[in-house]
Amino acid sequence: MGKFALTKNRIVSLAILVVILVFLALLPTITKGYLVTLVADMMRYAVLTVAWVVFCAPTGYLSLATAAFYGLGFYVAAVFNGPLPFAVVIIIAGVVAFIVALLIGLLTLRLRGVYFTIFTFAVVLLVNNVVLEVERLVTGTRGRFVETETAQTAFYAMLVVLIATLLTAVLIRRSRYGLALQSIGEYEEAAAHSGINVVMTKVLVFATTSVFMGMAGAIIATRRTYIDPGIAFNMTTSFLPVLMAMFGGMGNLVGPVIGAAVFTYIGETLLTRFPDLYMLIFGVVLILAILFMPAGILGLGQQLWRKVKGGRRAPA
Amino acid sequence: MLRVDGLSTGYGHVQVLWDLSLNVEEGEFVALIGANSAGKTTLLKTISGVMRPWSGTVTFQGKRIDTMHPNEIVDLGLSHIPESRKLFTDMSVKENLEMGAYPRRTWKDRANTMRWVFELFPRLEERKNQLARTLSGGEQQMLAMGRGLMSRPKMVLIDEPSNGLAPIVVAEVFQILKSLHAEGITILLVEQNVRQTLQVADRAYVIENGRLVLQGACSFLQANEHVKKAYLAL
Repeated sequence: MGKFALTKNRIVSLAILVVILVFLALLPTITKGYLVTLVADMMRYAVLTVAWVVFCAPTGYLSLATAAFYGLGFYVAAVFNGPLPFAVVIIIAGVVAFIVALLIGLLTLRLRGVYFTIFTFAVVLLVNNVVLEVERLVTGTRGRFVETETAQTAFYAMLVVLIATLLTAVLIRRSRYGLALQSIGEYEEAAAHSGINVVMTKVLVFATTSVFMGMAGAIIATRRTYIDPGIAFNMTTSFLPVLMAMFGGMGNLVGPVIGAAVFTYIGETLLTRFPDLYMLIFGVVLILAILFMPAGILGLGQQLWRKVKGGRRAPA
Repeated sequence: MLRVDGLSTGYGHVQVLWDLSLNVEEGEFVALIGANSAGKTTLLKTISGVMRPWSGTVTFQGKRIDTMHPNEIVDLGLSHIPESRKLFTDMSVKENLEMGAYPRRTWKDRANTMRWVFELFPRLEERKNQLARTLSGGEQQMLAMGRGLMSRPKMVLIDEPSNGLAPIVVAEVFQILKSLHAEGITILLVEQNVRQTLQVADRAYVIENGRLVLQGACSFLQANEHVKKAYLAL
């Protein structure tokens, strides 16, 4: 809490943030190739991971429903992109994700621990099957074509959504809802005694963060020409943000962003260099990361930094 | 101020409270005594909305509260300081207190309220940036009480504040309860430490096996043969 004071550290991190944003904004004008797609992909996972972390990290509610909201974004794009402007489509995707998350939240957030996780897992399968059945009845086909956008348009759209996600995340964490979420995670009953409307707080934040998952889905869908429920509601989309958050560290918001970027890059590199061994190497890297970096890349960095500083201090 | 009428409740199929009625007037210091598993904590939980009554009603300042959510009840000015503290152990003392002021009514003024709580518990101010888990047992109890006071309650329900504390700290806790009462806060205290409780409270209810068996002024209860035998070991 407290007022926003411009300390030296804050100025430095703000400056770094501005440099990164300017670089990202200019990137598509410098190069038009693979790099734009790769960075857009990193931003996509950064959106999903940050949105996931805002709700799940403080409360300890491990949600696997990400793919459901993300996949709904795919379908919103398939139905509305073309007839409606791209920006409107993205907003609709956010609204749809919000409403569905609200319903799912009201149903599931009374469950705790592993029961909640299993239920959210099942939600993805459920939405997947409902969409599949509806498509069979309405269009009589399995998939749909999507009106595409250029890599550049998708890039900028994702950049805007990423900035919106980060801003929302910072606002939630700095507001009393941030503390409320953490106290819910620590002791739900005591949180209720403190006057927190536990259910409403959980449901609202869960739904708010789902908005960005839906938006990310709508944007990525326009880079595919064809989608079907299997593509849209792929469970990997639910698992990756969890792994990326663990990989990057969940103590603050920089960790998830770095985790998403590095993880996406490693995954991409392995996939192109070792297409056959991709999953095997990836798995080993992940296990090593979890074993040796319990607080993520960021935690490891802080540990090293403390060692360097401590080392300097020791002789004095 | 607080009225409980014909209250019955329990867990699953097990009934814990049987047709229990009591009332607390504004400004009173009332105690609820009884052995382990008599249903004291269950009663407090039902009053504060964490549990629902099977039958019977709870009214606070003339308003039915037995269908309200805990946060709405806190908002009305009835604060529950739970048994075994239930602190947010990985949050600082300051953050724990801030959470206590969560209702919109009290959030804005939380800095002032915290100053008042620090006057009551100077020890908490010394430790305000420490994590709650690093406090001693007595300090943790003080933090739980401080957190409960941050919502500016008109009345507090306090569940076994002396539980697990050294005798000297217990005396301190009872001192604090007295000074809260002197501040004009109505208190319903649940305690197993019957001797000291009967010394500070105005009136007391005795519950056994979920039923009210005895009530009266503390001076009357101190002289009662059943209380003497069962709770004061005289």
